[in-house]
Amino acid sequence: MGRPFRSVSALTPSTPVLRQRAHGLQGPAFVRWGLIGATLLLLGVFLVVPLVAVFTFAFQKGWAAYGASLVRPASLAAMRLTLLAAVIAVPLNLVFGLAAAWLIARYRFRGRSLLLTLIDLPFSVSPVIAGLIFVLLFGRQGWFGAWLLDHDVRVIFAVPGIVLATVFVTFPYVVREVLPVMEAQGSDEEEAALTLGASGWRTFWSVTLPKVKWGVLYGVILCNARAMGEFGAVSVVSGHVRGVTTTLPLHAEILYNEYDLAGAFAVASLLTLLALVTLVVKKFVEWRSQPS
Amino acid sequence: MSIVVEQLARRFSPGGSPAVSEVSFQAPAGAITSLLGPSGAGKSTLLRLIAGLEIPDEGRVLIDGVDCTTMPVQQRGVGVVFQSYALFKHMTVRQNVAFGLEIRRVPKAEREARVEEMLRMVQLEHLGGRYPGQLSGGQRQRVAFARALAIRPRVLLLDEPFGALDTRVREELREWLHALHEQTRLTTLLVTHDQQEALEISQHVVVMSEGRVAQAASPAEVYDRPASPFVASFIGGASVLHGEVRAGRAAMGALSVAAPVAAREGEPVQAFVRPHDIKLARSLSDAAGASTALGRVERLKSVGGYVKVFLRLPTGDEVTVEVPRSEFDALGVVEGDSVRADVRSATVFVGDYSI
Repeated sequence: MGRPFRSVSALTPSTPVLRQRAHGLQGPAFVRWGLIGATLLLLGVFLVVPLVAVFTFAFQKGWAAYGASLVRPASLAAMRLTLLAAVIAVPLNLVFGLAAAWLIARYRFRGRSLLLTLIDLPFSVSPVIAGLIFVLLFGRQGWFGAWLLDHDVRVIFAVPGIVLATVFVTFPYVVREVLPVMEAQGSDEEEAALTLGASGWRTFWSVTLPKVKWGVLYGVILCNARAMGEFGAVSVVSGHVRGVTTTLPLHAEILYNEYDLAGAFAVASLLTLLALVTLVVKKFVEWRSQPS
Repeated sequence: MSIVVEQLARRFSPGGSPAVSEVSFQAPAGAITSLLGPSGAGKSTLLRLIAGLEIPDEGRVLIDGVDCTTMPVQQRGVGVVFQSYALFKHMTVRQNVAFGLEIRRVPKAEREARVEEMLRMVQLEHLGGRYPGQLSGGQRQRVAFARALAIRPRVLLLDEPFGALDTRVREELREWLHALHEQTRLTTLLVTHDQQEALEISQHVVVMSEGRVAQAASPAEVYDRPASPFVASFIGGASVLHGEVRAGRAAMGALSVAAPVAAREGEPVQAFVRPHDIKLARSLSDAAGASTALGRVERLKSVGGYVKVFLRLPTGDEVTVEVPRSEFDALGVVEGDSVRADVRSATVFVGDYSI
């Protein structure tokens, strides 16, 4: 399901306040240490140990075997497909997210809250169901199945299906990050730019975009992580044709099912690295977007 | 460059009450005109209609004799200063001021000279490299003025420009704006709810109430001859006394003041009395004139140099009187005392108004 996400604007202003929490609100020392201990224990068991395990298994047979399992044609194909899905999904999401956030933040119209709810749909629906929707639409027995077959277009069990599923599950990321930032900042600066003679387009590039850029970047990072890491929806539409319709997560699963543990974990380590890099970049963006 | 507004109307929701309706007035060229009224009176909407940030449902806006009712905001050549400053936070002071010039493709050398000239004018030449977040409220508002003036606007529109500032800075900037206007002689429209601000720096005041013009006149005229009970009560903090026309005078219990000539016997009247237009006296036995009434001191409030005395008259009306400190000390009244109130001047309206 969707990763937990928090809006930049909701996060940043409150942080310093929390830091200065009154002494009276801190309980006795044993409560504090007890809570810290419990948190660390859980983190260790559920996060650190698996993280270490991924890399341990990946390097079980040494660097050479690790490298070899990554440069296999099927692995390289999986990497290419994953990148392709992300390269298509992220820009689409960026454009859609900015347009939708602008629309919802700036205009009041009938059906506005319905639109907001619909945008959230990919977050609330199970990814497997998301995949099935596309099978029902574009599969052989689906609504458009016969037409697609006649025109020799393959969507399901092919690359277009994978891209579609990825776009669907990442749909809300940029809107959800940009919208609160836009709403918090109002439109005074845009109006000032208009009175100074700027066109709508110029106002967008010179005033609006710089105001929301950290929110946009934050949304893009989360969107990218989800696009590359998505399993459920992609799995349903993929058909698992090795080297053709397998993304990295699917490839890892196939290798695992074939008892190629070192290979599976080598691929898994790539995805883990991606997650770690995402976390670092996300932290950096949060830090930069704090008002000075 | 005068601004003329004719029969403007704007409603935000169909069927809802209009934010602005039937508004007509003229802002004379080269003068500061204030749009004065309580919040919700439609002042800001009116300003936005003139700026082009809103399009009216009815009526016309003429700037310098040219109809620009539907002209896009970019082409109107208006300088707007917002209460929230609306500075571009990601740009330095200098970049903010240069923004409008860049859009007009003013050559670099000329642009830079103009920006420096503007910064000198608002006395911020040493802060050109700062970001808005590093400035005080008063400084930010001056940057907003510099940015609006840099494009050489035909008219200057100010939407509560000092509303977010503390009293002292506000008074300083008011003086500064006055001096600036002496220099530039730019036709200026100032939206404010602060009557002191309006009366002090404008040559023309348009009092607004519930989306309509209540009175448009000079500050002295608005103050001395309010056109309606609303204006009388809004300007100068007047108390209202209720009574009726008796023998050609407005009688409120034992107290009576001159009534308008057209008043008919028995008609209800309202008399508006300013806090400093009542003189209090201790002695109750003095020859009581027609314009005096006895009142009970309900409450006293000391406000720096003067004391506010809240009097209850026999008719039940409450009046507020402001007595200078020294005079108050000489008077020596305490809460619960009876005093004689001598009404020196009042504005009387005949008819049953409700405000």
